[in-house]
Amino acid sequence: MQNHHLWIALTLAVGIVPAQAETIQVTIDRLVFSPATVEAKVGDTIEWVNKDVFAHTATVKGGWEVMIPPKKSASLTLKTAGPVDYFCRFHPNMKGRLVVAP
Amino acid sequence: MSIRHTAALAALLLLGTAPFAQAADKPTDPQIAHIAYTAGVIDIEAAKLAIDKSKNKEVVDFAKDMVRDHEAVNVQALDLVKKLKVTPEDNPTSKALTKAATEERAKLAKLHGAAFDKAYVDNEVAYHKQVNGALETLLIPSAQNAELKSLLETGLKIFQGHEQHAEHVAGMLK
Repeated sequence: MQNHHLWIALTLAVGIVPAQAETIQVTIDRLVFSPATVEAKVGDTIEWVNKDVFAHTATVKGGWEVMIPPKKSASLTLKTAGPVDYFCRFHPNMKGRLVVAP
Repeated sequence: MSIRHTAALAALLLLGTAPFAQAADKPTDPQIAHIAYTAGVIDIEAAKLAIDKSKNKEVVDFAKDMVRDHEAVNVQALDLVKKLKVTPEDNPTSKALTKAATEERAKLAKLHGAAFDKAYVDNEVAYHKQVNGALETLLIPSAQNAELKSLLETGLKIFQGHEQHAEHVAGMLK
């Protein structure tokens, strides 16, 4: 983590263009978000791949919500930095976390 | 299903314990399949009543979620029993569940408005809790076939999710 910060500082100082935005997949299988925690940065896209026959959501309390239909995928491009916990509104026992770097 | 079984069931019902709890006999896979399917059908029927009767968006949305999820689970259950060439077998637990659910629905049918919403959602919390207990302590440990066990485990997660969802809706009705 410290190295990471140093790298960011260095990048900013030198003015190098930050790494390209990535798409990070989170699989949903049998009511589990996997990986449960994802590290990403602003501009990256999270793609939830739903392998279940059930509809799910990725919902942030008081924030955004992504509907993920059965056997389909849905995406969200990250716009704000910071850690955020999300859950499935239909099955609140399903939980995930995104750690979003600036 | 012996006299002992029936007596145990009667005793437990008198104590107000779930129809599931008569663990005197371990259910067989065909019985477990029947119980799981029946439990889903019961929740779908209660949900359809709620969709008809309720004017509360949260309640109707929740009921629609129940129909969608339980129909999806039951499609999987039917596919699995077909694949395994298992014929679901009616049994005292399924019968007790159906009887209790028929009574509950008759009670709910007489209620209206906020009283209906509260009774339906409270019953959903209690019902899912009851089914979860049965899955954890009786049905999953008794299942012999690995695929059936796995489907029941997914079913447990779904039901646990519904229990929390129902609790959330119950909290909003207060």
